[in-house]
Amino acid sequence: MAQELLGPRGSELIAALKAARVEFVAALPDIWTSVGFLWPLSRDPAFRLIRLCKEDEGVSICSALAFCDRRAILSMQYTGFLDSVNSIRGTAVNYNQPVCMLVGLLAKEPDKAPKDSQRYDVRITQGILDAMGIDHLCIEGSEDVARLAPAIDRAYELSRPLVAMIGRTVRA
Amino acid sequence: MMPRDRCFKALAAARGDAIVVSRYSAAFEWGAIAPHALNYFAIGAMGQCSSFALGLALALPQHKIIVLDGDGSLLMNLGSLVTIAAAEPKNLVHFVCENGNYEVNGGHPIPGQGRVSFAEIARGAGYPEVFEFDDLAAFAENVPALLSLAGPVFATLKLAKAGELEVAFSERGDADMCRRFKEALVPLIRGRDGR
Repeated sequence: MAQELLGPRGSELIAALKAARVEFVAALPDIWTSVGFLWPLSRDPAFRLIRLCKEDEGVSICSALAFCDRRAILSMQYTGFLDSVNSIRGTAVNYNQPVCMLVGLLAKEPDKAPKDSQRYDVRITQGILDAMGIDHLCIEGSEDVARLAPAIDRAYELSRPLVAMIGRTVRA
Repeated sequence: MMPRDRCFKALAAARGDAIVVSRYSAAFEWGAIAPHALNYFAIGAMGQCSSFALGLALALPQHKIIVLDGDGSLLMNLGSLVTIAAAEPKNLVHFVCENGNYEVNGGHPIPGQGRVSFAEIARGAGYPEVFEFDDLAAFAENVPALLSLAGPVFATLKLAKAGELEVAFSERGDADMCRRFKEALVPLIRGRDGR
């Protein structure tokens, strides 16, 4: 019987954001991360949650916060990332802004890397990140969460955008 | 309808030390009329200046943030009105420069030209203070008080179509502009953080 491949816990992701001194979270709910991550985060007084109507708003909000030495993260589904590509290009990439994003890869196969997914929309997400020259990592399970805070620190130190793809459902 | 340059001169006289985020193509004259280190010219992703201004307003809650949006620009990001109203930034004043057309892209009309009411949309989105101006004298008289209100404040500026415009995006929308703006923010950040 195959071993079940479990996603990270939301509490682990939240702790990583705190370790990276993230204060603001701009978000649209993503079914991949909603129960385990966004709901608990929404009740955590350490964060100011900005509920968005559309994901590209969050790119600009996070960029402006970075101008003012406030760390933020934009949490969304990969569909929101795809919809926000122009804003990410025009705001984060062209102007070297440390816009950090958590992107849930809904329905990605748990045993496959995003680039190897059979799902076209998941597969192209990583391809677009590569084409745009955006630093990225994929968090599949708890063992990957330790990479998140250093990656955020690095994004702010180098003033570069970052995408952390969430490859499996986030557990409560 | 108000002439845009004179409208901006009235705003500049009341601006104080506010940060002004302007949608470049909707507010071409702003940089020349009101040169200031705390001007940010939003170029690159149309529609995003209101969201950028919200981020500044949240980061610097003690400082006044003014956004000069365009009508076509706001139509691209109407949801930002709801997001801003929900976030309740007391220090944000949101102007939309309504001239009814995509001025820099050939003068084509915006959808709903002459019928859409941005003020009504903002009111419905939850902005507590909403205004509309089409008379220059009334705007000049009221803008100081408007800027002192607890926001978010929204005001439509009904503007006459400008004449020929000399477009020079590269002068303002580049990494140097970002660097200069960030440097200008340093004293405000230090004041906020007590450093």
